[in-house]
Amino acid sequence: MGVAFVYVLTGLHATQSSLFSTTISYFSKIPYFQRKSYLESREWRLFFAVGVILGAAIYALTVSPEGFWTTRVQLWRILVGGFLVGLGTRLSSGCTSGHGISGIASLSTTSLFAVITFIIFGVITAHVVQFLGVLP
Amino acid sequence: MNNRNVILFVGGLVFGFGLAWGGMAKPEVVLSFLQLKDYGLILLMGVATGTTFIAINIIPRFVAKPILGGEFKPRSRDLTRNTLLGAVIFGIGWGLSGQCPGSSLASIGIGNLMVLPGIAAMFLGAYVMGRFFGS
Repeated sequence: MGVAFVYVLTGLHATQSSLFSTTISYFSKIPYFQRKSYLESREWRLFFAVGVILGAAIYALTVSPEGFWTTRVQLWRILVGGFLVGLGTRLSSGCTSGHGISGIASLSTTSLFAVITFIIFGVITAHVVQFLGVLP
Repeated sequence: MNNRNVILFVGGLVFGFGLAWGGMAKPEVVLSFLQLKDYGLILLMGVATGTTFIAINIIPRFVAKPILGGEFKPRSRDLTRNTLLGAVIFGIGWGLSGQCPGSSLASIGIGNLMVLPGIAAMFLGAYVMGRFFGS
């Protein structure tokens, strides 16, 4: 709903992983980050990100049966996984929302291949981790 | 704050609320999908994609331009070696941690501050990509 709403009103694809690169453009002078598309979208991407955080907080404070909540996934997995997520989504130019929602909804075959690939590797990795006895 | 940013903020609120409501703000729920125990993620993604499909493919037949201006343009990316290599790397990180960019933002909202180092690591990963592999 959120992505559809934004698209109808503005024509923008409110996807997530570009936020990292566009926000880095505020700090890094490297030409890769100073590209026009990043400079033009970096502000609205921050507004969208703040909205996502607050939207989830509204859920936690209203409908959620349990209020605020903390994961039991180990810190090393969060750190190593996070690094790979940042690197991989930018190399691939899309994540679960960019390739997954916007890309598939745009009938992009590139996105379809990307989604199939990351789901297969996600499933394999999650099974290996579970097999090694690392839980949850 | 211009109108466009207000819309993005409101769209973000809806998106974050929906992600959290669907359980996606919890890495445990995402992992249970990847461990093939619970298919909620694919259902949520399917419904979200269906809604967005209508916005991208059907509404532009009746409305010439986005209401606040600009133009309707479906998302398109070229399929390159990097698209797939990146998807492999992302998949491994996703399966290891149960985090993706959108869900990790929503995770902050539900009070899961453990995700903050993960988001810092995502920024580092994005920086390394742009610094060493960007063109």
